[in-house]
Amino acid sequence: MKAAFAFVLACALSGCAAYAPPQAWEKQYLAKPAMQFDYDKLDAKNVQHIYFSKEGAAGGYGIGGGGCGCN
Amino acid sequence: MKRACHLLLGIGLVASSASFALGPGDAAPALRLASASGQSVELDKLRGKVVYVDFWASWCGPCKRSFPWMNDMLAKYRAQGLEIVAVNVDRKREDAERFLAAAPAQFTVVYDASGSAPAAWQVKAMPTSYLIDANGTIALVESGFRDERKGEVEDRIRAVLAAGPRK
Repeated sequence: MKAAFAFVLACALSGCAAYAPPQAWEKQYLAKPAMQFDYDKLDAKNVQHIYFSKEGAAGGYGIGGGGCGCN
Repeated sequence: MKRACHLLLGIGLVASSASFALGPGDAAPALRLASASGQSVELDKLRGKVVYVDFWASWCGPCKRSFPWMNDMLAKYRAQGLEIVAVNVDRKREDAERFLAAAPAQFTVVYDASGSAPAAWQVKAMPTSYLIDANGTIALVESGFRDERKGEVEDRIRAVLAAGPRK
């Protein structure tokens, strides 16, 4: 039982190892501007504005203002 | 028996994830690739010359900035025995051609769409450059292209050129 568990665990762990991150020369598509989180600056700003208005907290993203949703 | 099994498994896992980076003092791996005209370029045939091997891709920003600098270096030091071989790792040749139209290269450009050359050279960043001395030994590994490192790399090129082949 214990051995079987160890085997399954080993398989699971090595399974993760099979997914190697892309090599430096394989990052063609990851290097595209569209793959960045803030590709659309205006949209990113809007998303952050809504987020901090709803959360009642601000900061950490370089946008000033409080949690009143008024700015 | 069970313990031995676990040990083996552990070693296997570690071995599969570990890789050893090439560094100064190591022998340069083989490099044999074709240029755009189909001419075969072989690193071994350039033994006796100082070779700057640069791995680049069309989608890599710093690569674009490195091309004018590499043109400069070749113009300055070709007479003293410097060769520059730039290995393109793009999957699509058109991407590389578009890049070269915008950033023309005076040096040798070869193509490796398969990725086997950067794998053999253990390229960890784009661009990565290797300064190979006249004996075929790596003198410098430069990851990325930064303006503030230009002077240092040029100094190394000059030093390696001055050292010449081993007597």
